Amino acid sequence: MTRITRRDLGRLVLASGAFVSPAAMGQGANPIRIGYAMSLSGGLAANGRSSLLAHKIWQEDVNARGGILGRPVELVFYDDQTNPGTVPALYTKLIDVDKVDIVTSPYATVMIAPSMPVIMQRRMCYVSLFGAGVNEAFKYDRYFSMNVAGDDIKGTYGKGFLEVAFSLPTPPRTLSILAVDNEFAQKAAESVRHLGRQRGLRIVYDRSYPPTTVDFAPTVRAIAATRPDVVFFASYPPDSNGLLRAISELKVTAPILGGGMIGPQIAAVQAQMGPILNNLVNWDVYSPEPTMNFPGVAAFQEKYRARAVAEQVDPLGNYLQPFAYAQMQVVEQSLARVGKIDQAALATDMHANEFKTVVGDIRFSALGEWAEERNLFVQFQGIRDGDLEKYKKPGTKVILYPNNLKSGTLRTPYGAPA
Amino acid sequence: MDPQLSLLLNGIVSGLLLGGLYAAAAAGLAIAFGMLDIVNIAHPALMVAGAFLVVVIGTTLGLDPLLVSLLIAPLFYLVGVGIYTFYHHFFERRGEEALQGLAFFFGVMFIVEVGLVMAFGPEQRFLDPDYAFITWRLGEIDLPLRMLVPAVLAMAVVGLLILWLRRSFTGLAIAAVAQDAEALRLMAVDPVKIKRLAFGISVALAAMAGGALVVVQPVEPSSGQIFIGRVFAICIMGGMASLPGMVTAALLFGVVENVTATFYGPSWSPAVAFGWLLLVLAFRPQGLFGKAA
Repeated sequence: MTRITRRDLGRLVLASGAFVSPAAMGQGANPIRIGYAMSLSGGLAANGRSSLLAHKIWQEDVNARGGILGRPVELVFYDDQTNPGTVPALYTKLIDVDKVDIVTSPYATVMIAPSMPVIMQRRMCYVSLFGAGVNEAFKYDRYFSMNVAGDDIKGTYGKGFLEVAFSLPTPPRTLSILAVDNEFAQKAAESVRHLGRQRGLRIVYDRSYPPTTVDFAPTVRAIAATRPDVVFFASYPPDSNGLLRAISELKVTAPILGGGMIGPQIAAVQAQMGPILNNLVNWDVYSPEPTMNFPGVAAFQEKYRARAVAEQVDPLGNYLQPFAYAQMQVVEQSLARVGKIDQAALATDMHANEFKTVVGDIRFSALGEWAEERNLFVQFQGIRDGDLEKYKKPGTKVILYPNNLKSGTLRTPYGAPA
Repeated sequence: MDPQLSLLLNGIVSGLLLGGLYAAAAAGLAIAFGMLDIVNIAHPALMVAGAFLVVVIGTTLGLDPLLVSLLIAPLFYLVGVGIYTFYHHFFERRGEEALQGLAFFFGVMFIVEVGLVMAFGPEQRFLDPDYAFITWRLGEIDLPLRMLVPAVLAMAVVGLLILWLRRSFTGLAIAAVAQDAEALRLMAVDPVKIKRLAFGISVALAAMAGGALVVVQPVEPSSGQIFIGRVFAICIMGGMASLPGMVTAALLFGVVENVTATFYGPSWSPAVAFGWLLLVLAFRPQGLFGKAA
């Protein structure tokens, strides 16, 4: 019997390689690798995990179409544990060790910002997910943001909320502001403070709260004591639940109540709060109203909802999930146009062209934000229980602002029976 | 009533109710940390694990969350016994409980948190009993049952625990093991067995605190993190091995937080509450009810 030596084995491997078709080589051996960190555990994991599901759906869709530039797409991702301290090392590993072709961002400003120095040092083209004003300080010319906020958060974020407030038959005169101590909420509060003063509103309460707050009853009671016409909150879950529960327990009413609460966009909060959400006017990014039925979004949501329960993520996908899908669509369309993996050429292409995505047509500004901001202000209407089926259809979360997407009329005050 | 007086009274009452939740969260730690000298930094994570189990069982069987928390307490007792057995075998017995023991409980905390994400997903979970949407009004004072019922349960459980610790031989042995474990051997009592029992009780109390937490707010796997600083501060302020001291400190913490939030804004609440802790320790280093060494 002839023994096979290591040299023979090597020849055999080379010979077998020669019979692999070029197409198969392209498909199997040389995928386009997209790397990123994502919060799969810790405080941001709920949105991080549902973003990952959206990315996987995009990957399956694009690979079913034959990949990008004839190459399949592979996702390389690591859990950042919602710890900003882990992010620089993860991106260093992705770029220097894993040698991914493209990098995209983790979810949210607090996780994106620490990745920026690594990304900028390596001159990578970078599409972020739900970062707010991250590039204001860095001014990196290869940064692009998948977020509706636009360039000028201070000048635009609160505009829609106040437009809605000033559509009341009796124009409001007083405003209260409560914001959690984090970057996005403070920027949101700054915008409403700035725009409210411009419109002549008297600010009767203006405070922050730490994210460790457990009981909101004393704060809500202090706000109610000032009898504001417009109540603006910029909060995060589970604080938003705590605020809404305290508002309900103390029977607080106001002509306009809501603002920039993160939480009511999420299915779990919608299920728990039920009718407490009625007439809340709140910031949002997406609602399944006829005015936002962009090409591909319904198909994406159908696939997402079919898998969401098994994956234990938000079962509706009405918040950042379509944007996570759109984030990858931007990468896909740019790569297809450029025809090769060239970071400089990709950045030039992203600055120059419009993108057709499941969240609408997008163009980027010089800073990499959306050229036209699209902060939505929606109102929850006609809710009688915590059943989530109604959130899949129009009419429950009607859009009041902007006017080109408006799908309903304002009901007032907050605190009135449904 | 004068609006300012109404705000003050409501701030005090809501602070007492919040203090009830803090007492529930800190009760188990007062035993583990205060009496057994075990820095169980995973206690709030175990409380959240209890909360998740309460949600699952309560939703499936349609039971009240506080009742479920009492029903699962024996299971958590066994978990506590298991954790202590491991901790004693690998750290305490070798005299390595200080730093390595702390690292062990950090590890337990991360395992519990990640385990909850793996088992239940990262989404918020909730189980609202009907009474959680009812608020009693006594004149100008609001008493939301969402806060009142868990606070009453916590006080009842801690009261029974204090009685048991003072009146039973085993309870006295737990108090004694905190002071001099070797002297306990002279009384023919195995201090390791007593510590195992006491640690089991402390983890069982985490289950009860989990039930209280579910009634107050929705929970997610990392919910315990916001309680870590507070529960340790409350145990220290109360006087370590003193349950009445822990309850007093918890109520004081709640009142200081809520009155500060009412009049000076919530961003000052933690600073003022922890400032009180420093003030107490400056004048009574042994804590409110602690005995001077």
